[in-house]
Amino acid sequence: MTDFLQLFFSGLATGAIYGLAALGFTLLWQASGTINFAQGEFVMLPAFMMLGFMAFGLPLAASFALSVVLAVVVLGWIFKRGIVDPLFKFGMMPIVVATIGLAIAMRNGVRAGYSAEAHAFPSLFPDQIYNVAGVTITLADLGTFVLAIALVFVTQAFMTKTVTGRAMQAVAQNTESASVLGINVPRMIFYAFAINAVLAVAAALLVTPTYLAKFDMGESLGNKAFFAAIIGGFNNSRGALLGGLIVGVCENLAAAYISPAYKDAVALVIFMVVILFKPQGLLGKKEERKV
Amino acid sequence: MKKITTISIAISALLMIIAPQFLKNYGIYLLTYWLIFIIATMGLNLTLGYAGQKSLGHAAFFGIGAYTVAIVMKAGLSFWLGLPLGAALCFFIGIALGFPALRVQTIYLAFATLGFNTAVWLVMRNEEWLTGGTFGINNIARPELFGFSLASNMAYYYFTLGVTVLMAAALWGLLRSPWGKAFTALRDNPIRAESLGVDIRSYTLLSFAIGAAYAGVAGALFASLVEFIEPAPFTVGASIMMYLMVVVGGAGYFLGPVLGAAVGVLLPEWLRFAQAWYLFVFGSAVVLLMIWLPDGLLSIPDRLKAKKQAKNESAARAASAHAAANKGAQA
Repeated sequence: MTDFLQLFFSGLATGAIYGLAALGFTLLWQASGTINFAQGEFVMLPAFMMLGFMAFGLPLAASFALSVVLAVVVLGWIFKRGIVDPLFKFGMMPIVVATIGLAIAMRNGVRAGYSAEAHAFPSLFPDQIYNVAGVTITLADLGTFVLAIALVFVTQAFMTKTVTGRAMQAVAQNTESASVLGINVPRMIFYAFAINAVLAVAAALLVTPTYLAKFDMGESLGNKAFFAAIIGGFNNSRGALLGGLIVGVCENLAAAYISPAYKDAVALVIFMVVILFKPQGLLGKKEERKV
Repeated sequence: MKKITTISIAISALLMIIAPQFLKNYGIYLLTYWLIFIIATMGLNLTLGYAGQKSLGHAAFFGIGAYTVAIVMKAGLSFWLGLPLGAALCFFIGIALGFPALRVQTIYLAFATLGFNTAVWLVMRNEEWLTGGTFGINNIARPELFGFSLASNMAYYYFTLGVTVLMAAALWGLLRSPWGKAFTALRDNPIRAESLGVDIRSYTLLSFAIGAAYAGVAGALFASLVEFIEPAPFTVGASIMMYLMVVVGGAGYFLGPVLGAAVGVLLPEWLRFAQAWYLFVFGSAVVLLMIWLPDGLLSIPDRLKAKKQAKNESAARAASAHAAANKGAQA
């Protein structure tokens, strides 16, 4: 039982990070119908941004703040204006293909232009271990989990409690009515891209100490985030967190009790079961197929 | 127009036949490699370009074909048993993979097939008793055909060329048959296709199965070409690359895969010394291509034609308006 609990808690930490990446993914989807295949790379690039700023001697906090600004410009504004806006009218698949291309370009740009090695990244939390009823929990796992959950809830609160957030939801639900009601639609969509960029930097800050900064670190993270988003429900922000936690925990348990070699198949199996029985995801609302 | 097509086909056929005489061993090997990817992406072009099913798991079928041949030959049986077996296996697994496509579309389907690819790759990597795990299977011999040994790169090239032409002819025939029309109807508007009596259920499954069988044949040829297989060429990344090859060449254009495979396989092999930079440029090019030419490279002639036509039409309109105005002035 203690083993189980231990695996469960460390799974929660990983799952919260998946959830964070998945949340940005669902935000983009809701705001603009964009499926971002480069979501994992959107986490990888800020990790290198922060490393770059730290190489200039800046402390971690300042590097984080600067990376947030840079990410909002590059991964938010330029990404939206340069790729999503021109492709939006062609429907979903051209954006998917373009972001696949973007992911390849980002991954190999970092590999060729900076380094193909894995780089260590300073941890936010000191090395400390708590022992509760025989279950050991590291401070890093606990802190990662708490911070990630907090970020998800702050985003959620922003979306439901503030005027801007509600306007963004209105745009997501019905663009035309929103614009008739005087909401600045392009600006709201940009906010979604900006929030996605901020969440990506935060995810990078939390995930890189354990995963190390490497050009291909985004590949598996991006995949898990997609699966998490679909499992939880594509059109529901809380679903992303739920999906992330389910994937993180089940992966950890499967690695210990079934086979570590097939750990990566777990997200897939859950995903298959969910789309076969509830294609809109666990918390998602149903969308009718249109002619 | 028809004459130009015939002539250009004859010239390229001639080029393909004489090219190896002027190439070194590695060049011939690369050309064969390219042909194999043409076969594989032709299958994907059917699934994706003609039937409109977003499949991101094509490399898994490629791998199944390759491993089938390798395992069959390891067991001491003939390549000529392995090849059809691999294709048939892919066909049936393709039908099975088509089932999710009946329930979900576009991006969900892309993820379902991507997940399928991951699963197949995990089996290849982990089931050492069957696939040799990460060590792979080596010493896969090249086959014999009617007593001729295909062991040399040159002989194997001509063999692969022959298979490619056969597979292309089969696909050409298929696309011109009522089946081909049903596939495109399925892509353009599934609900209308269904109301017109196209059994979209079977055609969706078939488009997957036939596409997969093409990948299986390509995989079988691939195993014998490289003579050593391991899980690496059959990852999700490889599937994504095949998808991009089809889209870059022009999804739904018959010759799209020829161009796409050249950009996706031939160029990077030649530019191997700069692989990461090549992929960086390739990725960026895909982004730009989507923005300017979302239908792929082969849509350029169509685009020019459409432009010219629009220009002619507007000129004709202007002329007739002018004539009408003159007539009005005279009256």
